[in-house]
Amino acid sequence: MSMDEGKALRPDKVAPKARGIRQTMSDLHIWAGLLTGWFLYAMFLTGTVSYFKDELSQWMRPEIAHQAEVPDPALVAQRIVAELATAAAGSSQWSIGLPSNRNNTADAFWRKPNAQGRRAFESATFDPATGRKVSARETTGGDFFYRFHFQFHYMPVLWGRWLAGFCAMFMLVAIVSGVITHKKIFVDFFTFRWGKGQRSWLDAHNLLSVFGLPFHLMITYTGLVTLMTLYMPWGSQAAFKTPAERQQLTSEFSAFVQPTQPSGQKAALASVEDMVRQAQARWGAHNINRVTIANPGDAASRVSVSRGDEGRASMSPQYMLFEGSTGRLLETKDRVGPAAETRGVMYALHLGRFGDSVTRWLYFLVSLAGTAMVGTGLVMWTVKRRQKLPDPERPYLGFRVVERLNIAAIAGLSTAMAGMLWANRLLPVGLPGRDQWEIHVFFIVWGTMCLHAVVRPAKKAWLEQLWLATALLALLPLLNMVTTQRPLWHSLTVGDGVFVGVDLMLWALAALHAMLAIRTARHSPKLRPARRAPPALRPAPSSTAGERA
Amino acid sequence: MIAIVDRARRVGPLISRIVAAVLGGYALAALGSVAALALPMDRAQAVIAGMLASFAIYAGAVVWVFAVRSALRAWVGLLAAAVPLSLAAWSVWAANTGGAAS
Repeated sequence: MSMDEGKALRPDKVAPKARGIRQTMSDLHIWAGLLTGWFLYAMFLTGTVSYFKDELSQWMRPEIAHQAEVPDPALVAQRIVAELATAAAGSSQWSIGLPSNRNNTADAFWRKPNAQGRRAFESATFDPATGRKVSARETTGGDFFYRFHFQFHYMPVLWGRWLAGFCAMFMLVAIVSGVITHKKIFVDFFTFRWGKGQRSWLDAHNLLSVFGLPFHLMITYTGLVTLMTLYMPWGSQAAFKTPAERQQLTSEFSAFVQPTQPSGQKAALASVEDMVRQAQARWGAHNINRVTIANPGDAASRVSVSRGDEGRASMSPQYMLFEGSTGRLLETKDRVGPAAETRGVMYALHLGRFGDSVTRWLYFLVSLAGTAMVGTGLVMWTVKRRQKLPDPERPYLGFRVVERLNIAAIAGLSTAMAGMLWANRLLPVGLPGRDQWEIHVFFIVWGTMCLHAVVRPAKKAWLEQLWLATALLALLPLLNMVTTQRPLWHSLTVGDGVFVGVDLMLWALAALHAMLAIRTARHSPKLRPARRAPPALRPAPSSTAGERA
Repeated sequence: MIAIVDRARRVGPLISRIVAAVLGGYALAALGSVAALALPMDRAQAVIAGMLASFAIYAGAVVWVFAVRSALRAWVGLLAAAVPLSLAAWSVWAANTGGAAS
C-alpha cells in the first residue's frame, strides 16, 4: 500500500515493465475490490446478520410465544408427523426441522403430489406444542437476509448463486493480492493514525483486514465451498455417469434421503417417536436436527433422523435410517470419507452453528469487521482519488458513480434493512403475499436511497441516510412496543432473551450509525498542506466518507 | 488513427489478461478438479478433493496472470500449468470411457 501511494503522488507515469509485484498486486486488489465491492458489502452485511437469523425470525413472528424450555424432539416429531398426514397427504416426502434452543418452531417442507421442478415443494411452520400450523404473520423472517447473501433476489436462484460465487472469487483474489501488497503486515497492525485523512482510512482498512484476516480468508473460501457442486461440477461429471453413481457423491454431502419407488402397498408408519428416541440415545436428547420421511404411508417408507450441530464442527451427514413401517434400524451413517469430512468442516466453519452463543457473538463481530473492511476499502477508493482531482467541485463521471454507489450501498443498505423490519411490524396481517411485500419494501427503500444519493450533494446524502438509518433502528424497539404485546420491559421480566437481545441490538446498531454520522459530519474538509505532494497538486484535504463533493 | 492503434496497444494486453484471469483461470481450475480424479483415492473423495482445491487454483492463476511481466507470459504460464493437468485428466477420462466400454 505504501508503495502504491508513492506512485500515486508521483506525477510521471511509471513504465509498465518496471512495476514490482506489490504494485501489480495493489492494482489487482483495488480493481477486484472495487468492481464487486458493492455486492460484497451487501453479502457481508446480510451474511453477518444471518448469524442471528433464527433469533431474527423469532422477533419477526411476535405471535409465537417465547420458548422457555426446548420441547422434547421425539414428541414434537410425532406431533408434526400426525399433522402432516392430513396437511401433506399423498406427498412422497416430508422433512421436519425440529425446534432447538434458538428456534421456537418446527419447520416442515414436503414434496407436493404430482408436481415437478422447482415449485414441487411446499413448506409450513408448526407450533411444537400443538403440532398445528402456526398462525403468525406471514414473513420470511431472518431467512430473507440469509438467502439474499448468497443468491440475491428478483433473479433466478441459479443466476444469483453464480453472481455470488463470482463476487466471492473476486473477494478471494482481493484478499490474496491484498496480503501480497501489504509488506509490513505486522507493523501496520499496530499503527493507527487518527484524523489523518486518507492515512486514517488506510489504517482502518488495514486494521480491520489484518485483525480478521484468517476469518475473512476462511469465510470467503468456505463460502465458495458451500456451493462448489454448482461452481465446479466437472470432476463429478467426469467421474460419474449414472444418477446411481452420482448418488455416491450426494450421500457424502447430505442426509437427505431420496425417495425410492413406492411399493404401492399401504402400511402405517411405525412410531416416529421411538425412532427419534434411538437417535437421542446416540447423540443426546436435544441433538436432533431433522426427521425426513420418504413415501410415508407406503410399505417401502424410510425414516431418517439426522444429528444436530452440537458437539461437532462439521456439517457432514450423520443420520439413522429406519424402515418406516416397522421402525427397524436399517443403517447408521456416522462417517464420511476424508475429503468429504474436510468439506463438512469447512461448511460448518462458514455457518458457525456448532458454537455456543459466545462463539456466535465472536462470529458476528469479526464478520462485522469484514463488512467494515469492504466498506472502508470502497470509501478509500474515493478518498484517495479526491486528492488528485483536477477540479474537486466537478469530479469525473467514474468518480461520481463510485461515490454515489458507495452511499447507497453502505448507508442505503442499513436503511433498507431497518425498513424491512418496519414493514414487518406495520404491514397489515391480512395483506395477500405479505411476506413478499416485506421484501419489496426492502428494495423500495434501497432504491429510494439510491436515487437520494444521486440527487443530493455527497456529504448531505451520507449524513441524511446515516441519520435516517439511526432513527429507523432506534425507533424499532418502540415500534415493537406499540404494535405487539411484547415490549422490552415485558421481555425482560419473562426472561425472553431473544426479544431482549434483538431490541438491545437494534439500539446498539442505532448508536453505531449515529457515531458514523457524527464522525462524518465533523470531518469538514479542513485544508492541510500535503507533506509529500509536489506543489503542483492541490493541498490534500483531510477526507472522510462524507467529504463535500 | 494512430491514437486508436496506440490505445489498442495499451488496452489490448490488459483485456487479454482479464480474459486469461477470468476464463483461463476458471478453465485451469476446472481442469485441476478433473485431474484430481487421478489421485490414488476413492473416486467420490477424489471428486470432492478436486472441487475443494479448485478455488485455490483459480485464485493462484489470477494472481499469476497479473503478477507476470506481460500478457503473453501470463497465457504461457497458464498453458504450461494446463499440460500436466490435462495429461492427468485425460488418463482418467480414457480409463473411464474404456471401463464403460468393457
